[in-house]
Amino acid sequence: MSAITHEHEHDHDHDHKPTGIKRWLFTTNHKDIGTMYLVFALVMFFIGGSMAMVIRLELFQPGMQFVEPQFFNQMTTVHGLIMVFGAVMPAFTGLANWMIPMMIGAPDMALPRMNNWSFWILPFAFLILLLSLFMPGGGPDFGWTFYAPLSTTYSNDSTALFVFSVHIMGISSIMGAINVIVTIWNMRAPRMTWMKMPLFVWTWFITAFLLIMVMPVLAGAVTMVLTDKYFGTSFFDAAGGGDPVLFQHIFWFFGHPEVYIMILPAFGIVSAIIPTFARKPLFGYASMVYATASIAVLSFLVWAHHMFTTGMPVFATLFFMYCTMLIAVPTGVKVFNWVATMWRGAMTFEVPMMFALAFIVLFTIGGFSGLMLAITPADFQYHDTYFVVAHFHYVLVSGAVFSIIAAAYYWLPKWTGYMYDERLGQLHFWCSLISVNLLFFPMHFVGLAGMPRRIPDYALQFADFNAFISVGGFLFGLSQLIFVWVIVKCARGGEKATAQVWEGAEGLEWQVPSPAPYHTFDTPPEVK
Amino acid sequence: MQLHRTLVSKLLLVTVLMFGFGFALVPLYDVFCEVTGINGKTSNVPATVLADGIDTSREVTIEFLARPNKDMPWIFKPEIRRLTVHPGEVHVMNYLAENPTGRMIVGQAVPSVSPGQAALYLHKIECFCFTQQQLAAGNKMLMPVQFYVDPALPAQFSTITLNYTLYDVTANWQGSAATENLGE
Repeated sequence: MSAITHEHEHDHDHDHKPTGIKRWLFTTNHKDIGTMYLVFALVMFFIGGSMAMVIRLELFQPGMQFVEPQFFNQMTTVHGLIMVFGAVMPAFTGLANWMIPMMIGAPDMALPRMNNWSFWILPFAFLILLLSLFMPGGGPDFGWTFYAPLSTTYSNDSTALFVFSVHIMGISSIMGAINVIVTIWNMRAPRMTWMKMPLFVWTWFITAFLLIMVMPVLAGAVTMVLTDKYFGTSFFDAAGGGDPVLFQHIFWFFGHPEVYIMILPAFGIVSAIIPTFARKPLFGYASMVYATASIAVLSFLVWAHHMFTTGMPVFATLFFMYCTMLIAVPTGVKVFNWVATMWRGAMTFEVPMMFALAFIVLFTIGGFSGLMLAITPADFQYHDTYFVVAHFHYVLVSGAVFSIIAAAYYWLPKWTGYMYDERLGQLHFWCSLISVNLLFFPMHFVGLAGMPRRIPDYALQFADFNAFISVGGFLFGLSQLIFVWVIVKCARGGEKATAQVWEGAEGLEWQVPSPAPYHTFDTPPEVK
Repeated sequence: MQLHRTLVSKLLLVTVLMFGFGFALVPLYDVFCEVTGINGKTSNVPATVLADGIDTSREVTIEFLARPNKDMPWIFKPEIRRLTVHPGEVHVMNYLAENPTGRMIVGQAVPSVSPGQAALYLHKIECFCFTQQQLAAGNKMLMPVQFYVDPALPAQFSTITLNYTLYDVTANWQGSAATENLGE
């Protein structure tokens, strides 16, 4: 054991001269880049989260209290953009960088220099976006969906900065996705066949294909907004022969696969954690792979369910309604498989397992409200209300974000070499679980009662619920500080982690020592 | 490395094609809407063929609406609000436009029909919406639309609403680049 460690330390000195900041600027090591992605995502999570706190502060009481409506609109817009493109997606990319090469027995990502580049353009994208908030006239205030004509005719001067930052985010994601596909396709260890790959690898493989299919369409949409606003084209301007509804079609053609980009890797994480702590192999591995693939295919056929109220013909609404409901089938297969994996398992409830269990329950709640929204006539009532806000926060916060937190707890010992503080982790879990439901569950009720989203004020009858929701929001925000505390504490030391870390853990990443050496699998491992 | 290069170039090709697809959606959307008529746009091309005969057995009510867009100062309204026609009959309807400002303004009317699917059956032989209209300061004019309803109109449609939204396109008219977009 010590001989191996020594050898790797030697390796490190030999290959990587730069130290300090240069190590991070010029690194092509997948573990370094993964760490940078994860830290970046955590920072963005807190920046986006503090914007959510501004929103909840303003909505604590009816009437205008703290901020101007236009600033409120900027907060909802940039909160959405940062959480989607700055927190959730980079966190998944970070996990992919760290774990995929180790899971398939590859020495690194296939394209290490491009990997460095795809990370380092990201901070600049968000710097541009955040600095635009300080421009005269303010930052983007048209919602993260930037519907035309809000983003063309009625937007402020900072729109060009918004467009360029989205372009950079898109380029970063596409490069990351290409890297993932090439790594998985070409660099699997001998005898690591397709159907032996861990599900996290499978879900990321499919996610990467979604990324290269739809991020270019987003780039096209923002380009059209740019030329409509500044160069006199009329893609979305009816006066010039364009159509504003076309914007929604193009945006949601990107937007719906995008929501699966943010949840498929979460499925992979939960499919790794549940078998470990249930001490049973995953139930229905093959059906999980096929379910993931069919969700990805269906994601291209449902985009107009975001647009039921634009006045589509009945035939089209029926088509999109049925396709949307069809997605419940493969998703149901997954939930069933997770439950079946736990059935009669010897379960223990460490923090990763707790977050994974919360994921299954709360994501399913979000899935059910999604089914309600898919019913066209019902959607006419729910559209643009807090019910929608409740729905997508259940799938994105208690879904995607919980899975990322679960992944962090699950692999922290592998990354740092130390066990995290279990007691603090459990505290973080229970605080998060309770506050996230205080925060988002009542939104269903105010939404059904008709409270519109994206408005800084509301009718008086919603006052009590909103005060309650805001308290939940503040508690959830504070709870995440415990998470930072746990991570910092774990990085600085603690109980030494073994190579396997968890008793029931299986897979190549658990065969290397903890912390994982700088270089792993220089020679391909034996895959059974 | 060669293995990577082939795959990377294939994936980059997908990316470029999808970027192109985003833009291809623009004409595809127009063609799709024109063929199916589902967004209530009437054709931009004058109808040249008249109906074979007049179906006197049924009547269709046509409602006329007019709306100047937010920044358009013209007074813009239909001469009459409602007209009952037999399918196949050719009618001429006038819209009244007046420019109350002290400057010349160019307007572009964009039609919209509801219910949307009926747009396929409303044929215009001549329409002021086919071209841009200009009005000197203080002038007024009558803008005609000559149309007939296709006898093939499904029975479920007994009322068709024809709405025009009028946009101020003076800025684009002076700069010549954007006008090509409008003429089609």
